[in-house]
Amino acid sequence: MPKIVRRRYIAVRIDSDQTIERKDFIRAVWSSILRLFGEYGASQTELKMIDYDPTKGLAVLRCSHKALPMIKASIPCITHIGASPVTIHVERVSGTLKALRRKLSI
Amino acid sequence: MKGFIDLHLRPNLEERVEIERIIKRAAELGYRAVGVSLPQEKLQERAREIRKICSDLDIDFISRIDLEPRNSLELLRSLRFLRRRVEVIAVKCLSKSVARQAAKDRRVDILSFSPIDLRRRFFDSAEAELASKTQVSLEFDMAPLLYLHGNQRINLLWKMRIETIIARKFDVPIVLSSGVSEAWLLRKPEDYASLGYLFGLDLENAKKAISENPKKIVERNRRKLSPNYVAPGIYVIRRGKDCPK
Repeated sequence: MPKIVRRRYIAVRIDSDQTIERKDFIRAVWSSILRLFGEYGASQTELKMIDYDPTKGLAVLRCSHKALPMIKASIPCITHIGASPVTIHVERVSGTLKALRRKLSI
Repeated sequence: MKGFIDLHLRPNLEERVEIERIIKRAAELGYRAVGVSLPQEKLQERAREIRKICSDLDIDFISRIDLEPRNSLELLRSLRFLRRRVEVIAVKCLSKSVARQAAKDRRVDILSFSPIDLRRRFFDSAEAELASKTQVSLEFDMAPLLYLHGNQRINLLWKMRIETIIARKFDVPIVLSSGVSEAWLLRKPEDYASLGYLFGLDLENAKKAISENPKKIVERNRRKLSPNYVAPGIYVIRRGKDCPK
């Protein structure tokens, strides 16, 4: 019987004076994970961007539940996207997308 | 005092706007109290100014001083002069003799070490043993983990991991602080707790290191600085007209 994949959905808040493009954001997240955990560690995260709202500065990421501490440690380490300084915070973590949206009231 | 505490903010004290910005940011991110590193000269004046800003922003202010003595004698002299004037005394240990003296002196609250010059991080088993007897805490500034890259960050994480193991073995309290001088480098307390994963500090202990451990230091010192404190274990409960006849 195939093993059920356990995932975690992470809502992150992006604080920046400038609007950050979707591809720039995900590139910054990958780059932070790579710098901290290397390619082997990054391959275990199963990271995927689910949702991104540049106007609200809100993004939803999905990862493997085992890799959650890695992602939570990598996200605050992002200090710049391009030339602009940014602060990215983990807002909420949930096991399902539905629960995450309910917690965020969106 | 409840909630998260950042014991180490280092704003440019010459610019009031900068101080306000960093304290406001800390309040927004969910800190209930902040410790601001004060200079030895104009100590009371600066403390009064920052206390006013903090009370306007509804956040508790903790006065803190960072000593960088060149030798043990200088450390003892500074402690004698400053202990009754500030709530938290941190010693940045630049030599082994200073580190040992700071660890065995009850008047010291926090030991901190250079994030860049790793040969000057003297927190070994002997240091931890001394610190555990005097309840001196070990402080980790989180800002260098954000702005350092490559080899410097790798080596810092390696050192922090070893120091965490030693601190836990000898029951030395760990304090996680931001150590930021600019508001944009400040992160949420939960984010700092997550960064603990990088140097082997589990989430529960990491949260304690930003809440309970600094709270214990501040409450202990506020009790000692209060006019009702006489000596360890002796407090004035009633005075003057409060005393029963």
